[in-house]
Amino acid sequence: MVVTRQTRDARDVVIWSALDEIADPEIPAVSVVELGVIGGFAFAPRPEGGERLTVELLPTFVGCPAIDVMQQQIGERLQALELVDEVRVEVSFAQPWTSERITPEGREKLRRSGFAPPVVTGPTFDGEELQVMLATAECPYCGSRNTTLENAFGPTLCRAIYHCADCRQPFEQFKSI
Amino acid sequence: MDLSTPVRDALAELLLTLADDEFVLGYWDSEWTGIAPMLEEDVAMSSVSQDEIGHARAWYELVASLTDDDADRLAYGRAPEEYRHAALMNHARTDWAFTVARRFLYEHADAARLESLARSSYSPLAELAVKMRREETYHLMHFEIWLRRLAEAGGEARERLAAALERLGPDAATVFSPLAGEAALVEAGILPDPLDALRSRWLERVGPVCEALGLPAPDGAAALPPDGRTRRTDEFAWLHGELTMVARSEEAATW
Repeated sequence: MVVTRQTRDARDVVIWSALDEIADPEIPAVSVVELGVIGGFAFAPRPEGGERLTVELLPTFVGCPAIDVMQQQIGERLQALELVDEVRVEVSFAQPWTSERITPEGREKLRRSGFAPPVVTGPTFDGEELQVMLATAECPYCGSRNTTLENAFGPTLCRAIYHCADCRQPFEQFKSI
Repeated sequence: MDLSTPVRDALAELLLTLADDEFVLGYWDSEWTGIAPMLEEDVAMSSVSQDEIGHARAWYELVASLTDDDADRLAYGRAPEEYRHAALMNHARTDWAFTVARRFLYEHADAARLESLARSSYSPLAELAVKMRREETYHLMHFEIWLRRLAEAGGEARERLAAALERLGPDAATVFSPLAGEAALVEAGILPDPLDALRSRWLERVGPVCEALGLPAPDGAAALPPDGRTRRTDEFAWLHGELTMVARSEEAATW
């Protein structure tokens, strides 16, 4: 059975709260749970005996260089709970990570640390939708929509650079994808 | 999904073409890091190249899982003649107009290809294509903006762009070179559309953009050369030496 955030027993609560303490390596203001990169997890008996916990990790971008670090940190943190004999963290694209997966808490924490949260993406994500989305970043400092895109490609794969015409601050947006 | 040996081999070959296209182009364009025409573009091109090499890694891992191979060996342990990228990726970085022309032609080709592969019956392939399409939408938009900017600038910028499009048109079409075993892949729904049909879709998109800007469009009637994905140039041999340098320096190292 795959456990999502809606179905929890006592052991699941322990795991979700442990995961919620693991910061995103590139934007440490948000946890991997708030970022929505945890697809779910499942317990299963191992053929050789004992029990295995498998966690599904959904990368924000296919080429994200932080994937290996996340896998390692999640694996070590959950192993330390000593709930199961083995922990596996598997990268999956079975459900694509999209901007909608960032939780409301995650969006608020992004904003407070100077990142505009992504805007809601259209269903097909084609060029026309992207043009509309890119034009509507909200300044994380003053809330203005009077902003311009400076660069759709920022310092990491998942960040874009904007400028606010009202408070005259440059800021970054967690890219809509 | 159970795959017969011929279908599995054909699938591995298809995946290798996807991986090598992204890998080689990602390396060529990573050479702009530090020397792009302006700082913002330096950051953008580095990011785009990182995306492509990341996509290549994902495709190589899929190939490795099918052929019991190793993704690092596929990326860095093959001889130049074993790579399967399209002839479009044989050319050196050259100047900025050349880079923009190649990117414009390639991003549209890649978009046509991924759009089809997102419907593949082989789910690991379809899942990656769905995810990559969203990332590639940014690339496509970015290089169309550059194409327009150089075309509308006139003068030397426009001349260089037009010359690059003229030169690269025939090689760009080799992205759609027929594959051994292609018919079996189409029949199994792994490749939802024949590559020739994808070439037509690509032409339908790049043609009108070029015409509206008065730039040379690729020739849709030209026959594809038989060596579209096997021809290797001295320029690629040089790049191969560069990109395998670290891996060759300590072959027993683990990464």
